[in-house]
Amino acid sequence: MTDSQVRDEGFDEWLDAAEEGEAYYLECPEGHGSLPPRRVCPECGATDLEEVPMPQTGQIETFTITYVPTPAFEDDAPYATAIASFGPVSLTGQVVGIDPDEVADGLEVELAIARSTTTGERVIGFSPV
Amino acid sequence: MSDVRVAGTGITAFGNMPERTGRDLFAQASIAAVEDSGVDRADVDAVFYGNFMGELAEHQGHQGPLMAEAAGVHAPATRYEAACASAGAAVRDAVYRIRAGAADVVLVGGVERMTNLGTAGATEALAIAADDLWEVRAGMTFPGAYALMAQAYFTEYGGEREDLAHIAVKNHENALPNEKAQYRSAIEVSDVLEAPMVSSPLGLYDSCPLSDGAAAMVLTSEAYAKEHDLEAPVAVTGTGQGGDRLALHDREHLARSPAARKAGEEAYADAGIDADDVDIAEVHDCFTIAEVLAIEALDLAGVGEGISAARDGRTTADGETPVNLSGGLKAKGHPVGATGVSQIAEIADMLAGEHPNSSFVEDATTGVAHNAGGTVASATVHVVEVVE
Repeated sequence: MTDSQVRDEGFDEWLDAAEEGEAYYLECPEGHGSLPPRRVCPECGATDLEEVPMPQTGQIETFTITYVPTPAFEDDAPYATAIASFGPVSLTGQVVGIDPDEVADGLEVELAIARSTTTGERVIGFSPV
Repeated sequence: MSDVRVAGTGITAFGNMPERTGRDLFAQASIAAVEDSGVDRADVDAVFYGNFMGELAEHQGHQGPLMAEAAGVHAPATRYEAACASAGAAVRDAVYRIRAGAADVVLVGGVERMTNLGTAGATEALAIAADDLWEVRAGMTFPGAYALMAQAYFTEYGGEREDLAHIAVKNHENALPNEKAQYRSAIEVSDVLEAPMVSSPLGLYDSCPLSDGAAAMVLTSEAYAKEHDLEAPVAVTGTGQGGDRLALHDREHLARSPAARKAGEEAYADAGIDADDVDIAEVHDCFTIAEVLAIEALDLAGVGEGISAARDGRTTADGETPVNLSGGLKAKGHPVGATGVSQIAEIADMLAGEHPNSSFVEDATTGVAHNAGGTVASATVHVVEVVE
């Protein structure tokens, strides 16, 4: 966790866009999806990547409730961490706006950039639709 | 191709030794390995050294030369970092160096100092094996990542926490006579199920401990071993490595480890064996679910069948293929950068009849060691055989 004022180019722009409801992924001519910052498609090596809007909703593929966090999330625990698929890309995030015990595989969610209670840093979140 | 002989092994006790420095741990392991080998220190051509988080735990980079010095060896030394597979990666390149004829004697080992960071600090340090931007900043921990895999496995293939608990019970049982092991205490299934949750569905007893420790081996060419009349009946006969996308969410499958499967297939082919030939296995059980994924990747259990292997007694000490007879990472301990070498050293000792658990596997001739980094974005597999 870098807690500096220096932004991570590509990543922080993505968070900015996601906060505005304009999240995107990178798509290669073969239709493989990936996340920035990236210059080469990790699947096929294509270099002409295009920003494409993320699907509005995704599905939770797997989840866990974290009771023992890293120090950067010590005041946030327990919290639900999940992997959710949004079309050709998947993301790891925290499930927000729902009791962690209610989280289930297949739950339909939308992206919701949250803030860590511990550090105030932005955190990728998934909010049930 | 000539075999790469395991001439000597040395492992420190694994455990909670926060005040011991990495260099002191490596000195102890390397002295034991060199003495066990009967090789003259001056003959060591190179040092291959595994370490994951020395910058965080000891504020120490550039550890290769430091560890060669600690071992009293005047040879070039290189550090390997592949998260928890660091030492496995070091062994692999050591094997290739000897096979290439570019070295006759290699000291290979690894160290991790962890407990001085405390639980929170070590949890933070271990997390750096994941994608910082896209996983760690979302609050994913290392146990959390394996919990995501466990939940995905349960959903796809079935199974329950009690199945995983049997793996922990087995590995604790195996560690009882192992004087190097961190935990030498028997546990019951109920202990595992009632332990505090770390990251559901994984509890405290589904997780390996934080450990300090070091392991080392002296590997030699077959010609060197013969010329110097070394007692080195065990060889590393196969090596394999696989890789995958770093972030778990980018994997094609959340409940399988293709990198480990590739490493296993490559190592088996390299040694000219099949999974059926494997008598014993040491696999990377950083969490109970990891043992399931490992034995399936190594074809020691069918896909979806690894979950019940311990519960059904197929992988227990008296089962058809004992897995983690040393106690595994779960009970023997997991000083991250040392683990890959310690697994091979344990197998070599078991096959040579020099291990407290050798009596379970008196006829064993072939062992396999599986070392995994991160959520198995790195994996190495080595085949170890009795060759004379």
